[in-house]
Amino acid sequence: MSNSMIIGQYIPGDSFVHRLDPRSKIAIIFFFVIIVFFANSVMSYGLLALFAIGSAATSRIPLSYIMKGLKPVWFLVIFTFLLHLIVTKQGEVLVSILGWEIYEEGLIQGAAISLRFFLLIMVTSLLTFTTTPIEITDAIEELLGPLKKVNFPVHELALMMSISLRFIPTLMQETEKISKAQASRGVDFRTGSFKDRVKAVIPLLVPLFVSAFKRAEELAMAMEARGYQGGEGRTKLRELHLGKTDVYLYILFILLVIGLFLTRS
Amino acid sequence: MDISFDKVSYTYQPNTPFEHRALDEVSFRINSGSYVAVIGHTGSGKSTLIQHLNGLLQPTSGEVKVGEYHLKANEKNKQLRKLREQVGVVFQYPEHQLFEETVAKDIAFGPQNFGVPQEEIHRRTREAVKATQIHEDLLERSPFDLSGGQMRRVAISGVLAMNPQVLVLDEPTAGLDPNGQKEIMDMFHRLHKDKQLTTILVTHSMEDALAYADHIVILNQGKVYMESAPLEIFKQQQALEDVQLDVPEVIQFVTKVRDQLGVELEYTGQSIAELAKELTRIVKGDRVYE
Ligand SMILES: Nc1ncnc2c1ncn2[C@@H]1O[C@H](COP(=O)(O)OP(=O)(O)O)[C@@H](O)[C@H]1O
Ligand SMILES: [Mg+2]
Repeated sequence: MSNSMIIGQYIPGDSFVHRLDPRSKIAIIFFFVIIVFFANSVMSYGLLALFAIGSAATSRIPLSYIMKGLKPVWFLVIFTFLLHLIVTKQGEVLVSILGWEIYEEGLIQGAAISLRFFLLIMVTSLLTFTTTPIEITDAIEELLGPLKKVNFPVHELALMMSISLRFIPTLMQETEKISKAQASRGVDFRTGSFKDRVKAVIPLLVPLFVSAFKRAEELAMAMEARGYQGGEGRTKLRELHLGKTDVYLYILFILLVIGLFLTRS
Repeated sequence: MDISFDKVSYTYQPNTPFEHRALDEVSFRINSGSYVAVIGHTGSGKSTLIQHLNGLLQPTSGEVKVGEYHLKANEKNKQLRKLREQVGVVFQYPEHQLFEETVAKDIAFGPQNFGVPQEEIHRRTREAVKATQIHEDLLERSPFDLSGGQMRRVAISGVLAMNPQVLVLDEPTAGLDPNGQKEIMDMFHRLHKDKQLTTILVTHSMEDALAYADHIVILNQGKVYMESAPLEIFKQQQALEDVQLDVPEVIQFVTKVRDQLGVELEYTGQSIAELAKELTRIVKGDRVYE
């Protein structure tokens, strides 16, 4: 079970990408997502791909591992590609297979859209590979900071996020543990009719809910016992700092944007 | 059932940065009807090891044999169901597996899955709650209304009701009060003898290993570090200390008496109080002052 669940799991390291301020990483990814949609020539896509692959290489996370993490979304990428190939009917007919005509434009659009998709997923998963969940929530809290002025519950939102993120691995472990215990008592999660399999989930879900509620209660009590009363006036254990590396990243990114607009057709 | 591990290795999350070899060429044999304690530090691979006994985990390499059932790397065993009916596993904190509306239903869950007839399930339920000392009045209560200790007993009853031939216990008394611990360990020992079970106990307690087991396997970093009869194991104090394991107090007492007083006490399962009396008898002649 845990083998397939590795998408976006943080991998400790000390690379350039790891050391960046999480706010920079999130901001850059935000803008990257936007500029990806401006690419429209081979050169401009090439630049974006170079940036994404370069970041992945600098992070020193094995490429094979990144690809493995992308496994669940390969399907989507390929599906998008095929959809465009089939639906688009513009440009010259390239080949026709068993009555299906494949148009030049379909091939180009299919390739372009799935490449975009691929780049987006790669860059965002690089964020979660190189940034701890706590850093991510801290960064989001800071970035959304201005919204506090309009009474948007930024701190509460960030707290909710960090608590959920904190408990995802715990819940996954618990799921694995309980499903093993029930399998030992003869539950078969893999075979049987649809109805049987739905029934097999109950012995798994009930204990999970029970323990999740118990945990939530304990956590609330522990927080209250330690005098937690919201974000007002709370200081941070880990302050975020922009460093030299962040400046390099911004410069690089601005160059990328300039390059992108120069190579657009 | 005879059990054997033949060069069994197990790797968690292979081919990822989190790859971890939890078992490393582990080999040993357990004879049918014996009571084996598996000891080792947290993370030494004990829980990983026992999950091979009913096919929850499949060896990455090597072979596990449990009676007539064989579990090999890269080979699906088609009789897992039958194997699981005969190997009952009490996990760490087994009360987390409770889910039914009533205690009785939860205890019946295992046997039901294995197709045991209703009458027989009733009989086994009564037998199981008697063994674990759960009052029959609790049978119709919700398991979630019970105390932690009672929940533990209900969960254990659920495994016993499967009537397994092999009983696997992963730190079954962790977190219980000392009285409860002793009651439950004694109960398992009684069942072991009465039903001629093969019992595998994972424990941190050297005292329990000494008191109940007739064979001890010590794991260290996924490897078998030592394996022998309890008294043989505890003779090797230095080797145990090298992996931060203690020698039970009674044995320490016997060793100290020998080293400091030059008196040889023979240990045959007595308590420290009994040994102390024996010592007085020897030192002061035959007159014992009570
Ligand atoms: N599901 C899992 N995924 C990855 N690693 C695991 C998993 N379960 C256990 N491990 C690792 O395997 C090693 C042995 O664990 P375990 O068998 O639970 O040890 P023990 O029961 O002796 O404390 C530990 O280092 C643990 O971190
Ligand atoms: Mg364990």
